[in-house]
Amino acid sequence: MVRLKLVLVLFILCFASTSTGKEKEGIEEQFTEELLLRPLPDRKVLAHFHFDTRAPPTASYGRHHRIFPKAIYQLRSFLGVNQNAQSAMCKNMFQASSPEQSLTASYAGNSLAIKVLNTNLALLDQVHKFQVREMELSFTQGRWNYERWGGYDPIASSNVKPPGVELWAVFDVPQDQVDASWKNLTHTLSGLFCASVNYLESSTAYSAPDWSFREFSGNLRYGTLPREAICTENLTPWLKLLPCRDKAGLSGLMNRSSIYRGFYHSQRLHLTSGEFNSEAVNYGIMLEQTLTVVLEPNTLESGVTRSSGLALQPSWSLSSLFGRELGERCVLAKSSNVYVQLEGSLVSVLKNKWEETSAYEADTLSYEEGSLSNPSFELSVSPNRIIKEVNSLHPEGSSILYHYMMENYSDSKPFELEFKWKSPLVWSCPQAPLHASRFLMGSGNERGAIAISLQATKRSDDFLVADIDEKGCRLRVDVFQVVPWYVKVYYHTLKLFVDEKPQSQADIIEKMRVSPSEDKVSPGVMELILRLPCGVKSAAITLEFDKGFLHIDEYPPDANQGFDIPSAVVSFPDFQATMHFLEDNSSNELPLVSKMKERSSVLSYTEVLLVPLTTPDFSMPYNVITITCTVFALYFGSLLNALRKRVAEEESRLKSKAAKKSGRVPLLLSKLLAKVRGKPWEPPQAASTSSSQISYKLIFKVILVAGIAAVRRGKAAEAAQEKTCYNTSTLAFSSYI
Amino acid sequence: MAESEEPPKAKHRLLIRAGILIITHSLLVSVICCTAGVLALLLLPILAKNTYISENALLPGSARSMLSAHEFSDANKFVKEISSSNVEAASTGIETPRLIAQHIADLGGEVSYHKFHPQLNKFHPLYFFSSPDPGIVQVNYSCSSYGINTVGIIRAPRGDGKEAIVLVTPYNSLNITPGEALSLGLAYSVFSLLTCVSWLAKDVIWLAADSRHGEYAPVAAWLRDYHAPTFGGSGKPNAEICGEISALYESNANQFIGSEIADHFRRAGTIAAGLVIKVADRSVDVTRDTLSIYAEASNGQMPNLDLINTVNYLAVHGQGLLVKVEKFWSLLDSKWLKVFGEIFESVGKMAKSLNPQWVFGISAMEYIEGTATLASSLYNQLMQSLWKYHPSVIGTIRQSKLRLVEGVIRSINNLLEKFHQSFFLYLLTSSNKFVSVGVYMIAFALLVAPLPVVAASLYSDANKRSPTSVKHKLSSSPTSVDEAHITFRSWRWLSAAKTVFIVQLWGAVVTLLPYFICQLPNCTPTTSLLVWVSLSVFGLVVLHLVLGSPSAFVSASQPQEKEWALLKSVTVSAAFIGLCLMSVINFATAEIGALLIVPMCLMALPLRLNTSAHTFRAVARAAFNVVFILVGCPVVSTTSVLVSSGFGLNPSGYGTVPRTSLSVWFTFLAGFYVSTFCYILVDSPH
Repeated sequence: MVRLKLVLVLFILCFASTSTGKEKEGIEEQFTEELLLRPLPDRKVLAHFHFDTRAPPTASYGRHHRIFPKAIYQLRSFLGVNQNAQSAMCKNMFQASSPEQSLTASYAGNSLAIKVLNTNLALLDQVHKFQVREMELSFTQGRWNYERWGGYDPIASSNVKPPGVELWAVFDVPQDQVDASWKNLTHTLSGLFCASVNYLESSTAYSAPDWSFREFSGNLRYGTLPREAICTENLTPWLKLLPCRDKAGLSGLMNRSSIYRGFYHSQRLHLTSGEFNSEAVNYGIMLEQTLTVVLEPNTLESGVTRSSGLALQPSWSLSSLFGRELGERCVLAKSSNVYVQLEGSLVSVLKNKWEETSAYEADTLSYEEGSLSNPSFELSVSPNRIIKEVNSLHPEGSSILYHYMMENYSDSKPFELEFKWKSPLVWSCPQAPLHASRFLMGSGNERGAIAISLQATKRSDDFLVADIDEKGCRLRVDVFQVVPWYVKVYYHTLKLFVDEKPQSQADIIEKMRVSPSEDKVSPGVMELILRLPCGVKSAAITLEFDKGFLHIDEYPPDANQGFDIPSAVVSFPDFQATMHFLEDNSSNELPLVSKMKERSSVLSYTEVLLVPLTTPDFSMPYNVITITCTVFALYFGSLLNALRKRVAEEESRLKSKAAKKSGRVPLLLSKLLAKVRGKPWEPPQAASTSSSQISYKLIFKVILVAGIAAVRRGKAAEAAQEKTCYNTSTLAFSSYI
Repeated sequence: MAESEEPPKAKHRLLIRAGILIITHSLLVSVICCTAGVLALLLLPILAKNTYISENALLPGSARSMLSAHEFSDANKFVKEISSSNVEAASTGIETPRLIAQHIADLGGEVSYHKFHPQLNKFHPLYFFSSPDPGIVQVNYSCSSYGINTVGIIRAPRGDGKEAIVLVTPYNSLNITPGEALSLGLAYSVFSLLTCVSWLAKDVIWLAADSRHGEYAPVAAWLRDYHAPTFGGSGKPNAEICGEISALYESNANQFIGSEIADHFRRAGTIAAGLVIKVADRSVDVTRDTLSIYAEASNGQMPNLDLINTVNYLAVHGQGLLVKVEKFWSLLDSKWLKVFGEIFESVGKMAKSLNPQWVFGISAMEYIEGTATLASSLYNQLMQSLWKYHPSVIGTIRQSKLRLVEGVIRSINNLLEKFHQSFFLYLLTSSNKFVSVGVYMIAFALLVAPLPVVAASLYSDANKRSPTSVKHKLSSSPTSVDEAHITFRSWRWLSAAKTVFIVQLWGAVVTLLPYFICQLPNCTPTTSLLVWVSLSVFGLVVLHLVLGSPSAFVSASQPQEKEWALLKSVTVSAAFIGLCLMSVINFATAEIGALLIVPMCLMALPLRLNTSAHTFRAVARAAFNVVFILVGCPVVSTTSVLVSSGFGLNPSGYGTVPRTSLSVWFTFLAGFYVSTFCYILVDSPH
């Protein structure tokens, strides 16, 4: 107890000293929380939570944080610390003679202070292993509908993820240590997020894209688990990383039942190490946590207007969407904001509507974009600010953000935003130049083909002026596809079709990198840069494959469903999903807005594919064992029999048999018959033809009767079995009902 | 042989002795086995078991139906709209697809039109051997020959879209019958329900198939484009040429929420199951709502029994419908079946009187119905129609049927895995009784069992008789020559095998020839027939010359009458192997083939041998031979022609039967054996 108290006192002392030290530096840790709401064209609402946590570099700030989650810092601090700092830390640790020093180290390391204290050396070992420059982990349920929800805006291109788990990380370690670091990272994340991320450890599960996924060379590792189910157990640890958890602030809206009822759900965690990132030089480490959900507002009156052709969009409010009210903001947050975004096309539709309905022609000029006094919708709370997009790349119009600051609201005065539609509108979201989809071709258990088809979207003609060189207008498309080893893709069978005409590879493919799969070692990776002509209507890539056989141990638990091929990534580097807003100093401080300003290429994920492979009957080993044992028994029995008998013995036996004339079976039969008749058995007389004839008849009769009896018996037993089986099954069903 | 003087010879082992016994009594064994095989086939309806749902994950009927009066009234409105639209614009046939598409889009589903042209029913015997993706057929199609399928897709809200359930409603876009309109309404109401449920794990595809070119063609075209699309695209109808089709897209621009009606082919994931729904027009027998299940096999596999069980369970226990399975109605009145049924019934009664626990008899009526169903089950396996199964509902839309379809979809949706592989091999005798593979294979095994026995006995006979003559000749010659002769003797069957091979090769060529002859331009049936006959004769001559006369070499070394025995033995074993292989792939084909081929195998004998011996038995046998060949040939050839020509007798109203590979293979097999036996009959006694 005394020791524990001592530890506590020392800890408080040390914490106080470091925190006073921080204030001198001037840069503070900071946390911001933001929520963006956007009505979608198909009667749904997109809600995008964005939490941003930053901490100054360890070198100037130390390893103690008020806000920054320790679990992640631990992860990262073992990652991003540069070599000098590491060696300094090493020295400190080794010279940790005073209890204070060792304690601070342990505190920074883990909440299990004592344990870490004892395993200093092991931790130091990890320091070398974990050098993550950048990392992103996402958990997704459902599919993003690129056609309806758009694919050409900053939120869609950076937050839309494939179903299941996706993890990628860039390491800052020598090439040969990258894989080891990746393995450790997967295990750490697996523990942190209660997910089977550790399955990405095996070399068959991850790949190393060279240039098509991110523009990093070499040290990037990428892995996905398409079948991972996402649930609250993954969300809770994610929320624990927030300083207010879900007790206060915007995260308080995350009512589990309502956010998991949505049509799309993606939680993402992006970690950037400031030492390597030019944009955040001031910060040692940046953690970006986002949750993107697509919800359908509860509608009661929707059926009424359905038949009239144009339906009124459902109105919604924060409490109707989430089932909770937004009360107190998280006091630890530097800023806490809510935005309502109207897309460019919606704004232009609104404008047209305004022009149609306004009674005075002259007044059209006085219409101010984004003004709340319009005939189409109504916001219950007037925004603090309206942020407008300028220089929009989209011809439809520029989007508008209504900005609400949460400082003014509290539990007693909750922020209750209501979005009310007044007239039905139809608009569509900006889409990526080509709509990518992927599907399987062929049937049967032997072979098939993967096809990636790219279809031009409606509005793509307008901005297909991106890249004009000496070859004429060309559209660059990057394709990155990972295929598990048991789907053996023949890359030489790659075929390209542009506008339904076969094309030679040299005309279209600018760059290509293929690393064929190696059985049970590594997946097959294909990276392509395509240059398609600008007016392209459709393009397709096909690759043939053979289905492999797995060892019985390698089948996953539900092998009968089939095997997944993870999503391919199709990106359009010529197109940048950015938004430019009117330059304003205050908007720079809003992380979400500045995030939207960042240049990121338009990216879309294709569908996950399900390949039915041949699966063995998993009860087969039992059958094999049984039959093998039978065969062995028969073999050894006869062998022993043959070995045991002597030739002389055999001959003498034959002789005695020959002497006896009448066989054994008639003898036995006559005995049996005697018993049946109830007469004492008499030894048979000398062999006569008549008796043998009788015995044959008898044999026939006995066999017939026995056969019939056996068949009947067997049938009865079977019927009984069937009946019980059926009964139990019906019982089971009735219990379910 | 005098055994008594020599020391007792070591006897063979029991098994070998039994084998020898069987071989020596081959005639008796083959007669018994064949009779037993036929009898076992007739016994199958009695041996049928009750069905049970083996896949617990299906959970049929475990959830309360979510269908409300709302969907019901919507569907009725939809049916009225469709019927009225069809009256207004009867000729063009684009009104209905447009209407359906609009409704699907209003519900929030994804819509696309699938334009297709019906594939000509061309017989392609090499289809089985060629790769799965068919070559691009370059044919000029006119605008009028197109059909337009409307495809609506619901994406499962939280699913990953890897699997899909297909719902098919065929209708004739040119002239909609009330039944078709009702089936569209049925699908529409289920679809509208599924757009707003949250439990969907698999995508749902509704295919409103335009059946103006027959009910099979649109579904086949859609499946072909789903699984094996051609990117070359030359065969695809393009909207630019045909004004009608392009009018589809103009009409309803900008009316839909979010997405337009897509021009391109929309897909969902791997198809997990498919249901074809048809509402029958005939309003007879409306005392009770009935549901007919058409379980039709493809490639020797029936639709998964669990699927049928689910429908049956939900229909009987959930909605109280009368469930029927398709059967041969003509068999119901047959006299001989009735006789059999009565016999079995009386045997069952007798057995019951002996021991009350022996309950195996079924009533004669049940037996006849079971047999009729079984026969149609076998027939469908033989004809191998498209994988289709449709509960057909009579009458107006009632909630019970809607609930049934909803329940079935929900059950399939529950299933995380593909259907279990062992539940594809069965024969139905009624909607809740089935004969499993383990039982029906016994009949087949009994039927084919004589073949190896006969082959072995013929071979041993041929070997037994020749040694005496050979020994007699070679008694003075040195031992080295004797050894050579012994090795020669044991390999003698090779020449017979060569003969069989040559004749079968010729048979294959002859069967393949019509296809190639059809490819020739400008030929009338008579000329093509002449070409076929002349080419086949020519082929025989060429093979004869190239591979050497099969009989010339053999006849030099051994007497005539031994030769045919060896030849027959080899042929019979080849037939046995062929039948056994066939039975693994397609039971019905193998069973019916065995019924035809086995008697032929057992009876065939050279004509000359029969004619030389002037006994009554020999003459009778010869007559039998001739009759069998004459009857067998046409039967086999007509079945093969029926199957191969692609125009079949399909009871379910589907106009055409797809060309199927396995039937073609069966045709080959039959062709081989027929030709071989013709050869044995006529050719061998030179």
